[in-house]
Amino acid sequence: MKPISYTLDATFAALADPTRRAILARLATGEASVAELAEPFDMTQPAISKHLKVLERAGLISRGREAQRRPRRLEPRPLADATDWIERYRRIWEGNFKRLDAVLQELKHKQKKTIDALLDEVKPKPNKKRRTR
Amino acid sequence: MKTAALTVTTPSERELVMTREFAAPRGMVFDALTKPELVQRWLLGPPGWTMPVCDIDLRVGGKYRYVWRNADGREMGMGGTFKEMVRPSRLVATESYDDHWTGGETLVTTELVETRGRTTVSTTVRYATREARDAALKMGATKGLEASYVRLDELLTA
Repeated sequence: MKPISYTLDATFAALADPTRRAILARLATGEASVAELAEPFDMTQPAISKHLKVLERAGLISRGREAQRRPRRLEPRPLADATDWIERYRRIWEGNFKRLDAVLQELKHKQKKTIDALLDEVKPKPNKKRRTR
Repeated sequence: MKTAALTVTTPSERELVMTREFAAPRGMVFDALTKPELVQRWLLGPPGWTMPVCDIDLRVGGKYRYVWRNADGREMGMGGTFKEMVRPSRLVATESYDDHWTGGETLVTTELVETRGRTTVSTTVRYATREARDAALKMGATKGLEASYVRLDELLTA
């Protein structure tokens, strides 16, 4: 097995390109040949093949056995590994930020109390008439 | 209270960006990000960790130092230097872990934008090299697993 850092690096590099992401989105709906993939992108087959090579090297897609069409298909594992890592990172920070929310709530509460106390001090005496606009 | 959504993206091979909105004005959020007695209450990472050391010399060229301790006695430390400090909108600091599990020094840029009393904080982590980020990914995955195992331990001994 390749070390996870190597695989993830290739995955992220492959995902950095919008055409390659679009190819993956297309393959998520089912396998397709190079010609079928080239069509919606208005690109030549060699240009598409270049992108496919990058995706293949990253392990994101594989080739079918069918001799003539050699359809490409999506390999879900590396994508899952990449999102997994981000998920783990996200979970840790979601925890941190939830605690930060609580700290901020408390600060706001304290600030409100201070402001209320100050307003209380400058509040006009009850016998004074309230100013009207 | 509803928890705001956190977005995590990897816009380039050396960067990671995290964005989150907070229901407080920006000066207050800035304080919570930079005052030790407040930071110690939330920047704790996975369950089981506390933050006994939190020193922050908040000025350009000033240093900060964080140490976390796990219930089982393990410690993890990190620190760095402030490169930019514009209260309450922007903070740029280097970040380096004692055991270098992020593969060297990273540059962390924090930006705060306030809209109608709410503040959006975006944090960009830029690794020194692609290799450094690779190492961070690898270790990040390991650390994450470790945290899961610690939680599993807790479950099993409960």
